[in-house]
Amino acid sequence: MTAYLIFVARRFGQLLLVVFLGISATFFITHMTPVDPVAETISVITNFSKADPEAIELMRKTLTELYGLQGNVFEQYISFWSRLLRGDLGPSLSAFPTPVSQIIFRALPWTVGLMISATLISFLIGNALGALAGYYRKSRILKIVSLGLIGLQPIPYYILAFILLILFGFVWPVLPIAGGYEMNADLTLSFSLVLDIIRHSILPALALVLVGAGSWLTGMRALTSNIVTEDYVTFAELGGVGSTRILRSYVVRNALVPQLTGLAMSLGAIFNGTVITEIVFGYPGIGTLLIDAVHAGDYSLVLGLASLSIVGVAIAVFLIDILSPLLDPRIKAE
Amino acid sequence: MFTIVRDLIRYNIEFAIGLLILLLLIGAVVLSFFSPYPAADIYVVPPDMPPDAEFWLGTTSRGQDTFWQLMIGLRNTLGFGVGVAFLSRILSLVVGLTAGYAGGRTDRVLMAINDSIMVIPQFPILVLFYFVLKDNMNWLMLVLILSALGWSYDARLIRSIAMSLRTRPFTMQSVYSGMSMRKILVEEHLPYVMPIVFATTMNNMIWSIGMEITLSVLGFTDVDTPTMGQMIYWANSHSALISGIWWWVAAPVGAIVILFVGLFLLSMSMNEYIDPRSRLNRMGN
Repeated sequence: MTAYLIFVARRFGQLLLVVFLGISATFFITHMTPVDPVAETISVITNFSKADPEAIELMRKTLTELYGLQGNVFEQYISFWSRLLRGDLGPSLSAFPTPVSQIIFRALPWTVGLMISATLISFLIGNALGALAGYYRKSRILKIVSLGLIGLQPIPYYILAFILLILFGFVWPVLPIAGGYEMNADLTLSFSLVLDIIRHSILPALALVLVGAGSWLTGMRALTSNIVTEDYVTFAELGGVGSTRILRSYVVRNALVPQLTGLAMSLGAIFNGTVITEIVFGYPGIGTLLIDAVHAGDYSLVLGLASLSIVGVAIAVFLIDILSPLLDPRIKAE
Repeated sequence: MFTIVRDLIRYNIEFAIGLLILLLLIGAVVLSFFSPYPAADIYVVPPDMPPDAEFWLGTTSRGQDTFWQLMIGLRNTLGFGVGVAFLSRILSLVVGLTAGYAGGRTDRVLMAINDSIMVIPQFPILVLFYFVLKDNMNWLMLVLILSALGWSYDARLIRSIAMSLRTRPFTMQSVYSGMSMRKILVEEHLPYVMPIVFATTMNNMIWSIGMEITLSVLGFTDVDTPTMGQMIYWANSHSALISGIWWWVAAPVGAIVILFVGLFLLSMSMNEYIDPRSRLNRMGN
């Protein structure tokens, strides 16, 4: 148990390092560039109207303060961190004066919901099919299904989502292709609302599952086909243990641990995919918010979204990492 | 080398198909230099013409020949992927070989940085770069940024091989005969990791080209250079699907799918060549 605690402590150290490096990266990307966000913002505001030079000067001062840009780079860096730790990401410019954190937390459930459900579905389908394909290696149906899923796997999220959009939006319009719910939906919790939300999430989730399942399938198939040649599996077969039971408790249980490590490692990529898919389908999550913020020139919202993505993904990876050894009684957490 | 390729073509259908697609793509790149129209010029042919004998893939609403746009786009997209792959291979080789050979504190520091880069979600970072750079964003810049983000996974792979190479007798001998670390890494260890480097090149290209396409479709790159993503960007901004100019969208999407399947087949068959266990599995079938 102490070994496990040491492992958790070390992983926690790694988590802090990731967050520190990631947040510092976003800070330095935004501060080491020739573009001045204050000037940019002022040019956005004054684009279509005449403004008094004094008012512009006042605006410049306020914006510099809001963006935490007073003082030299080092002072800014310190104030950036202290604001971040307090959860204060500044006010959004495009929806002034709503705090950025409030806007992000409104979009967050959509992204998290889509990401968790799509990841779970593709993890389950991919691993189940991979285990079956590795165990029953002669089955022709499994071979064809595997080939199809593996063939979809290298296609970029955007392109696959785009193809689904064309298929279900123009060729065979049966599913809603944009948004998270009906335009005029009554947003009180009801059965029809839940159904509506599920209907809208089918296509984005499908794109994520189709791209994701293939890699789980390949990994699981390789792991399974290695494990079935182990002596204890042969022994169990000779001892008359049913094949379902062998597959479930002897093979899959062993193969699942490396797959969970794989999940932790690919979580960043899955997050990327979710964000990109959201953009294609106009799903009201972080991805759509990010693109809108870029187009609106909303400096603090973009910065907040990038920082939050890094922290969120790092924490999720940390959780999977510290939970996966608990599933495997053999591993004394190292 | 030649016999390896010959055997792979003969016994590995994935490799043969992948190689065929790669050759077709190289053909397209060569062809693109004979394009009758300059890449960025618009309204050089009648717009919105469906595919026919004169315009094989039709023309776009911007008055460009879709076929020639596609050829030039393929060249730029592939060039981009090769550029990122080349630079990030160098980074991952330096980090992977050094960490594996040096071990100890150097290894721990390098791997801590490596793992951090591995889990950081790249898309928001790339969007952030575009947001602050705006018009200063050019292709060279994007190649550099993606190279800086795309080396970590492969560095870990190379490190794991370098760690086992370190304990081999020939490394000992090189140390005792007074070779410098740099010399050992470049002359003794590098040849052993080259097959892995080739296989990871394909995966890296799949990743970087995917990012390029996504960013271009959103208009977050220099949209005046024709690439695969840029073609879709302009098609979308002219609502090509709604106005029925389907060939403008179908051409790049089809080319992208073929390109990715080809790269993926090559990477898969190379992995199989490197890892003999999967070859045994194939025989077992």
